[in-house]
Amino acid sequence: MGVLYPLFFKMILLFKFVDRRRVRNIETKKTSQKPIIEIKALGKTFRPKSGEVKALEGINLSINQGDIYGIIGMSGAGKSTLVRCINLLEKPTSGSVFIDGQDISKITEKELRTVRYSVGMIFQQFNLLMQRTAEKNILFPLEIAGVDKETAKKRTAELLELVGLPDKAKAYPSQLSGGQKQRIAIARALANNPKILLCDEATSALDPSTTNSILKLLKEINQKLGITIVIITHEMSVVEQICSHVAIIDKSKIAEDGEVEDIFRNPKTEIAKKMIFSEGDQGSVIMGRNTYRVVFDEKSSSDSVIAKMVLETKCLVNILHADMKNIDGFAFGQMVIQLPEDELSVARAVHYLRSHQITVEEVGTHVG
Amino acid sequence: MWDSSMTTLIVQGTFETLYMTLASTLLAYIIGLPMGVLLVTSDSEGIVPMTLLNKTLNIVVNITRSIPFLILLIAVIPLTRLITGTTIGSTATIVPLVIAAAPFIARLVESSIKEVDYGIIEASLSMGASPMQVVTKVMIPEAKPSLIIGAAIATTTILGYSAMAGIVGGGGLGDIAIRFGYYRYETGMMVITVILLVLIVQLFQEVGMKIAQKQDRRK
Repeated sequence: MGVLYPLFFKMILLFKFVDRRRVRNIETKKTSQKPIIEIKALGKTFRPKSGEVKALEGINLSINQGDIYGIIGMSGAGKSTLVRCINLLEKPTSGSVFIDGQDISKITEKELRTVRYSVGMIFQQFNLLMQRTAEKNILFPLEIAGVDKETAKKRTAELLELVGLPDKAKAYPSQLSGGQKQRIAIARALANNPKILLCDEATSALDPSTTNSILKLLKEINQKLGITIVIITHEMSVVEQICSHVAIIDKSKIAEDGEVEDIFRNPKTEIAKKMIFSEGDQGSVIMGRNTYRVVFDEKSSSDSVIAKMVLETKCLVNILHADMKNIDGFAFGQMVIQLPEDELSVARAVHYLRSHQITVEEVGTHVG
Repeated sequence: MWDSSMTTLIVQGTFETLYMTLASTLLAYIIGLPMGVLLVTSDSEGIVPMTLLNKTLNIVVNITRSIPFLILLIAVIPLTRLITGTTIGSTATIVPLVIAAAPFIARLVESSIKEVDYGIIEASLSMGASPMQVVTKVMIPEAKPSLIIGAAIATTTILGYSAMAGIVGGGGLGDIAIRFGYYRYETGMMVITVILLVLIVQLFQEVGMKIAQKQDRRK
């Protein structure tokens, strides 16, 4: 029965997650269902001298107001190009992009600049103006938009307060840490009261604890100011932590998209499974025969299902992998178990789990 | 051989050299700075790609830069006369100096502006900056330390060119060195002018570097 100890330990963890979910569930989920960004049949082909590169193909996305929308993919999948198509830093070769109902691929450069006032953007490398102080960096977009000096100054002070760095007003970017630079970049992106904030790998250059604090700040901005946030990342942990929706992009196309819980509970495509699975420390898990993936949702995760199954079906399981995620306040657990060789006990075990409304699927010999 | 008229001559020569150098540098920047900016922005990867303009500018800059200054000095004499009414003296020398220095400055400016991280330019575009705003609020201010070092290089190079203009009676220390040191074998005079030129170059270079360092907020 030694195999069960880690399992019990995981079950205790699950309880904790469920508790937190109950508290947080009340305050989230009040997003209105109006698409603020709509991408239709978008394609982008780069034509360098050596042939053609299809960066994006047939992308359709609809992002509602108030969403925190994650776009995740391996490097080279086209996610950075996709986010640049939303504010037309990259001109798509086909398809259209609607911001707040307006087709921005059909407007003039001047009109586009006005649209860009309402779409903030932050970057992996922060991209602050190195020759300007933090304060002057935040002032920059206000100067661009022609906001009068008095108002601009007041706004800058407010924003420094919002990102928690009022004492760094006079500091130059080179005197700030990575996390502080990103906070200033966020303040700068919010200066013109945008409706949308685009984040291009905004936490990829930061250490884990700074990443957490930046993600917390983004969530706060989303809840306080109702700004729609689009997050480009290659880290599933970022999606887990703050996103309400996710699109998985693979080989220039969207493989899967929807609410984060649904994608995590029931990933349909190979790439989605791979991205959700390989998250964590172990790169890949070698599995033997008769391995099954068991997914717990919020009900089953508060119950010691596996333990009961073992007791009732007398079928000994070998736990190969188990982990717990807290997705947007939602407890979500998954486990890879190996069942004994004889088919009867396998069938009994699988039947037991399925009859308790738990998703079970057989996995290949190699996952990750 | 030494008397007070010599001292007067050298003081006057020094002032002429400074006048030619600084006036030429200023005028050459008025032409060279926009040229350098255009070289960057009109590039096929730039913020306002204009291939034809970019190619033309590149050819003009390369041709002007490949003509030896001494030849240019003589070749533009008709133009010099047209603009200044004379072909000798320090004011006349400013014309060929500006023509020679402007494309050189354009290249210096181009390389300084290319040093600005494209991410910063992209960020400003994402905030809705117009190309003109990108140039005046991002490219030039962000490249400032490098532009100042470039200006020090440009000034000292122009100083060197101005001495060459002595050959055609261009005035300044170079003129004195050629007339006294070269034609009359007055080595003392030659040494003094050279020392003065070295000191002026040192001064410009040092001051330029100091200002650049003080303006650099990147470290």
